[in-house]
Amino acid sequence: MSGPPYIFLLLFFVLPGVIMVIASFRHPGEFGGLAPLAASDPRTLQGLTLETYRFFFGDAIYAYVLFKSFIMALATTLICLVLAYPLALLIARSPRKRRDFMVLLVILPFASSFLIRVYAWMILLGPQAALSQLVNGLLHAAGLPPVHLLFSPFAVLIAMVYVHLPFMVLPLYTNLEKHNPNLLDAAQDCGANGWHRFWRVTFPLSLPGIFSGSALVFIPVLGMFAIPDILGGTGDMLVGNLIKEQFLVTRDWPFGSTLSIMLTLAVLLFVWIAARLSGTRGRYA
Amino acid sequence: MALLELRNVTRRFGDFVAVDNVSLGIESGEFFTLLGPSGCGKTTILRMIAGFDLPDAGQIFLNGTDLADTPPEKRPVRTVFQNYALFPHMTVAQNVAFPLKMARIPGGDAEKMLREGLELVHLSDKAWAYPHELSGGQKQRVALARGLVNRPSVLLLDEPLGALDAKLREEMQVELINLQKEVGVTFVFVTHAQVEALALSHRIAVMRAGRIEQLDEPAKLYGFPRSRFVADFIGHINLLEAQVGEPAHGHLRLSIPGLGEIMAPPLHGVAPGTTGTFAIRPEQVRVGIQEEIQELKNHFPGTVLHFLYRGDVTVFKVSLPNGVVIEALLPNSSPGRAELFEVGDVVSVGWRHDAGGFLHE
Repeated sequence: MSGPPYIFLLLFFVLPGVIMVIASFRHPGEFGGLAPLAASDPRTLQGLTLETYRFFFGDAIYAYVLFKSFIMALATTLICLVLAYPLALLIARSPRKRRDFMVLLVILPFASSFLIRVYAWMILLGPQAALSQLVNGLLHAAGLPPVHLLFSPFAVLIAMVYVHLPFMVLPLYTNLEKHNPNLLDAAQDCGANGWHRFWRVTFPLSLPGIFSGSALVFIPVLGMFAIPDILGGTGDMLVGNLIKEQFLVTRDWPFGSTLSIMLTLAVLLFVWIAARLSGTRGRYA
Repeated sequence: MALLELRNVTRRFGDFVAVDNVSLGIESGEFFTLLGPSGCGKTTILRMIAGFDLPDAGQIFLNGTDLADTPPEKRPVRTVFQNYALFPHMTVAQNVAFPLKMARIPGGDAEKMLREGLELVHLSDKAWAYPHELSGGQKQRVALARGLVNRPSVLLLDEPLGALDAKLREEMQVELINLQKEVGVTFVFVTHAQVEALALSHRIAVMRAGRIEQLDEPAKLYGFPRSRFVADFIGHINLLEAQVGEPAHGHLRLSIPGLGEIMAPPLHGVAPGTTGTFAIRPEQVRVGIQEEIQELKNHFPGTVLHFLYRGDVTVFKVSLPNGVVIEALLPNSSPGRAELFEVGDVVSVGWRHDAGGFLHE
């Protein structure tokens, strides 16, 4: 093991990981931070403990929040995939000159601040907004009670999809653009109609793009706290929010570390599964 | 009636006329070749037969039915693409079975056809390999098996040997001939390699700028080209400016500027005074010392400009008195022959009075 890539991984992945693992076994400090490993006063908390893990596994609420976050990440990923695929396909099959412009449009939202784009949804989903008026008008006509779009899991999901869509479009487009158009001709020549050409040629060949796009959406959504903070209701806490609270509000660093480790393990598990899947099916593209 | 018939087919791309009013008929079981330089329209014709492109004017008939409204996937025509276009995510067996699956051929029959298809191209042991694990020649065979597996009426081959190295190409030529004989499917072959065309085809259409310049059997095309373009495109040939002289007994008398008169095979309908080209193949031109050559009707002195020893033959370039350089082949059938002449030697070149031919243009 040598060379800059390893040094980079060591510095920015292994080392923080180790620090976090150690922190998760320590006591919280009185005013945040960590209690000393060894103190002269025997009455102060010190040394290592399994307290945070006992705490985590002692209450199903944490596993539930983690699970809820997974569902949110999964839903966001699937919706992004369904929305991004036709767009990526359209860009990939456009004339070369137009492609660059379309890609530019996809990444254009990054030119403005992430927070501003999320706050914009507060206006778009607010009770006075056209969307709310329309939905509640229809509900009223159907004799149903009105709903609040803002401060709901729905609002969180919409913003999650909106923010992460480019991360799905770009890897998909990169993959689809490389496909040899002759293969579609060959498939058609062999008697395949449009449906079969897509599902038997284009789709299987795009699996590596789907996997990398999904990873790029799924993982950040899993740890996201800003969007639920701004657009979610009080009951819409995700694991990202929980971790942020431990560090910034409750000031329980060891428990925050434990939650982070659980989240990291969950992400690694997901990446491992994705890598296995793309490893067995994507290597021919 | 021809199996496949093109009637006055024209295809334009903007101002460019890719295919210009082409009519031709291809017989069932024929190995037919479209030969020409790149851009001559041969691939466009192939794409129109496959259905990937449509004629701007004219019709294409298969078994007497107009194909205009039949999309590619419904035509009983299969294509072997230039770079094979194998599905990289499928095994050899899955690639070959793909047309069977699309045609919804029931399991048992499909299995039998797949097995036969793989045996046909000797790839049964590679059934579970992926395309990226195969050599160029093997990929070529998979493409052929995929094309032939459910016995199309016509198999279109778009420069299928272009990506192979010379040795393999020769092997595949033999295999293609045998394969075509075995399955009896009509082959329409597109190439710019005249050697390939001559070796493989029953008939060849030489194309130039969207038109068919000459359609003939290989030997006729090579032996009796009808235009300067065909003569020059197929093999090597010497082209000498010539003018038709007074008729001689059973011969055509030609005068070559700066060289004098020669005798050529008779040609009907050429009036004395017509100018054109006299074409003769290098292997018809003999080179030797004067005593050997003077028995031939047409013989001239010349100087060896240079020679290329090619193993089986030596190619001599001999400069004639009028400055024209003529190419002659000397077979090296007896040892030491190649060393007969050196650069600068004065030699005689000559050819029989019934060799070569006069071309109008």
